[in-house]
Amino acid sequence: MKIELKNICKSFNKKSNTIDHMSLTIEDGEFVALLGPSGCGKSTTMLMIAGIYKPDSGEIYFDGQLVNDLEPKDRNIGMVFQSYALYPHMTVLENIAFPLKQQKVPKEERIERAKQAAEMVQLGHLLDRKPSELSGGQQQRVALARAIVKKPKVLLLDEPMSNLDARLKIEMREEISRIQKELGITTILVTHDQEEAMTMADRIAVMRDGKIIQYSTPMELYNHPKDYFVAQFIGTPPMNFLKGKLSNNQLRLRNMTIELDRKWLDFDGEETDVHVGIRPHDLKLGNNGDIRIRGIVHMVEPIGHSQIVNVKVGNEQVRFFVEPNIKMEYGREVEISADISAIHLFDKATGRSLKKDSVNQGQIEELVS
Amino acid sequence: MGSVLKRWKLPAVMLGPFIILISLFYFLPVVLIAILAFTSMDSAMRWDFNGLANFQKLVTDPNIGVVVKNTIIYVGFTLLFNVFFGLALGILTTYFIQKESVGLFFRTIWMLPRISPPVVYTLLLLWFFDPSEYGVLNSLRALFNMPPDKWLTTHPMTAVILANGLIGASFGMIIFSSAIKSIPKDLFYAASVDGASQWSVIKDIIIPAVRWPLMFVTLWQFLSLLTSYEYILLLTNGGPLFESEVLALYSYHKAFQNFEFGYGSAISLVLVLIALIFSALMWKWFGMKKMMGSSRIE
Repeated sequence: MKIELKNICKSFNKKSNTIDHMSLTIEDGEFVALLGPSGCGKSTTMLMIAGIYKPDSGEIYFDGQLVNDLEPKDRNIGMVFQSYALYPHMTVLENIAFPLKQQKVPKEERIERAKQAAEMVQLGHLLDRKPSELSGGQQQRVALARAIVKKPKVLLLDEPMSNLDARLKIEMREEISRIQKELGITTILVTHDQEEAMTMADRIAVMRDGKIIQYSTPMELYNHPKDYFVAQFIGTPPMNFLKGKLSNNQLRLRNMTIELDRKWLDFDGEETDVHVGIRPHDLKLGNNGDIRIRGIVHMVEPIGHSQIVNVKVGNEQVRFFVEPNIKMEYGREVEISADISAIHLFDKATGRSLKKDSVNQGQIEELVS
Repeated sequence: MGSVLKRWKLPAVMLGPFIILISLFYFLPVVLIAILAFTSMDSAMRWDFNGLANFQKLVTDPNIGVVVKNTIIYVGFTLLFNVFFGLALGILTTYFIQKESVGLFFRTIWMLPRISPPVVYTLLLLWFFDPSEYGVLNSLRALFNMPPDKWLTTHPMTAVILANGLIGASFGMIIFSSAIKSIPKDLFYAASVDGASQWSVIKDIIIPAVRWPLMFVTLWQFLSLLTSYEYILLLTNGGPLFESEVLALYSYHKAFQNFEFGYGSAISLVLVLIALIFSALMWKWFGMKKMMGSSRIE
């Protein structure tokens, strides 16, 4: 089912809008993540799509039909909550069958379908347990089965994995992606975990203060962040930022002056303070790149296939990856470098990206509105 | 010796006043009743032990049949009223009225009779049930051209149950509404997404979550109804004749009207025994021990 939000506003007090004139289109069968820090309005957005909250203004369409005044039960949605919200006194089977019971599905069919849903999330052997007798991961599976049992048109996932440990998270991520693909169901995931959003979603809407900052595919967000906020948020380890000054086509970064191609910039030429962003993956030990930085090794974190090295460059810190067989000494000065094409430039005052190819303005507007 | 004194000095000072108060006003009366029940003390206030004579008298008392029947009807119906009406009020003021300030307003209104002195509240009830045409109920009847009725004479038990039930419901209401408020919001959201009707939300989410308060209120109200008589005393004084007389009131009448302190105590002792037996039974039936465990909702 295609979901469209048009100019949605929602406020819980008179002072500020929790959701501020937000528009978003989700295509049929698409998996979209709403990503942002806590308090950015992503859960509020989801609860409005679910029909639990009513928007103050704006319209919500499901397949072109206005659903603003439709009750949650009439929207044909399934939802998984952060707390799982399982009914504590019902068994796993009763929990899963509950939505069908509400639809007055005959008992035998109800049990049959609940069992199928339980099989789908690999819970077939736990049907008689109570939620309190299940582990967090199992409870999560029950919640997922309950959400999909009535074959809804939309699946809403509200921070479904934030209570799981790291290993289980990866497992459930794959599980949810698999089920989503199998059912071809339009899915919205609310999360503050960029890795979760990147790995699972077809498209990600990065939100801040009730607004969508950028809405694109995970790779587009990673390679061409439109805003300083997005650049900061996406990628682990996060993008490195150094202070610089840009005037005309000259970038001053520490003691270097780098000539940039004017065509390459979306910039009026006036001297501006900028954040220069470089992904840890784009930095290499040595002096082979266009941009060379000297720093003192401050921290080394081995992660098996590689080491994350943290160097101090003046007051700033820069992270990059080093082959595991290279011995890094604490306190030693090293030189690192990157290609000019790898850098991102953001206006310090507005946060806007100053790189031309970083954002195809027309395309974004088309997607967002 | 000195060290023992030192060790227990502070606890003794801290606990002393309460231990004295509790023994004086809670424990001692029970002991006194238990002893008095085996005496024939009357207005002469002499401790003459007479063995089981009081209990033989109780069994053969011509009024005891109707008093016991009244007690059962009074406690049973008032309890139903208290618990279910309390639950209904709790659900109404927390689930159906989502706005906290409005819910609080209605709950406060229902609390008023409980915080006003029984005498004042009973005065209002007496005016409500007044047999003249100026009584509230009778003036309502007059609107439909019906003659005034002597409510307290024709329906004494109904009046007593209604009065006590309405006042008592506030207790359950407070307990239930706080229990309902502690149910996580997500459960209600999940239920509405799952398509649950209002009735299903009440039946499948609210009632299971308030099971333990429900049992606690039932037991607590049972015990307090068994021994409470002040509203009956003020409203009908057990009359007409013995039509609204219950055991607790009967004991009061015997002790303080007929000055048969020994016999009155014996009736009270029976009440204490009944209360103990029922507490134990309900404790077992309701699985109260398990209920006392930590909440299943996280």
